[in-house]
Amino acid sequence: MMDVNVVLFARARELAGSDSICLSLDDEATVADLKTQLLRQYPALGELLPHCTLAVDHVYSDDGTRLHDGCEIGCIPPVSGG
Amino acid sequence: MIQITREPIDSSAVLAAVSDPDCGANLLFLGTTRRWTGDVETLELNYECYEGMAEKELQKLCEEARQRWDLRGLCVVHRIGKVPVGQASVAVGVSSPHRADGFAAAEWLIDTLKQVVPIWKQEVSRSGDTSWVHPDSGVKP
Repeated sequence: MMDVNVVLFARARELAGSDSICLSLDDEATVADLKTQLLRQYPALGELLPHCTLAVDHVYSDDGTRLHDGCEIGCIPPVSGG
Repeated sequence: MIQITREPIDSSAVLAAVSDPDCGANLLFLGTTRRWTGDVETLELNYECYEGMAEKELQKLCEEARQRWDLRGLCVVHRIGKVPVGQASVAVGVSSPHRADGFAAAEWLIDTLKQVVPIWKQEVSRSGDTSWVHPDSGVKP
């Protein structure tokens, strides 16, 4: 097993009710696995998570990206800076 | 130079930072909080960012802009926290020997910043409503 830290922003943070979530995942887990577990534990994210991009250690990732123990996952809703 | 700040943006400092005697063009773009969006009156915008990653993405944009255009000075500043109507949330300063490069680079920088840098705005209307802006997500708070 590995532990990862998910940080959330804007509407995603409000829906989850927290700006940071620790999750335990299998050693071979990918971003897709993390999304599945996130939805299971935080069903309120269901409306927004499909529109979010996840970043692993500050780098945009896709569903197949492998995670590693201690990594930081940014849950990034569609951005609106500027 | 890139910067994320909670303080009001000093636009003359941004322009001064990119000033270069070898350049014939010095450009400053300011993105400001607009009062009206349709029939909703905005009081202020409240910005948050993914600290650490936002700076890295801004840095990547600046490096790519330098590869694509002939630029000398380059400065991007984004303010986070509350930005009242009329004040700047973002500044892009560019200097280039010839103006075509500067105009093209500044437009590309602000357009791309709005697409990829992990920063979000929350609209606070005069009526007291607040809503996060998440373009194209179809999500209504």
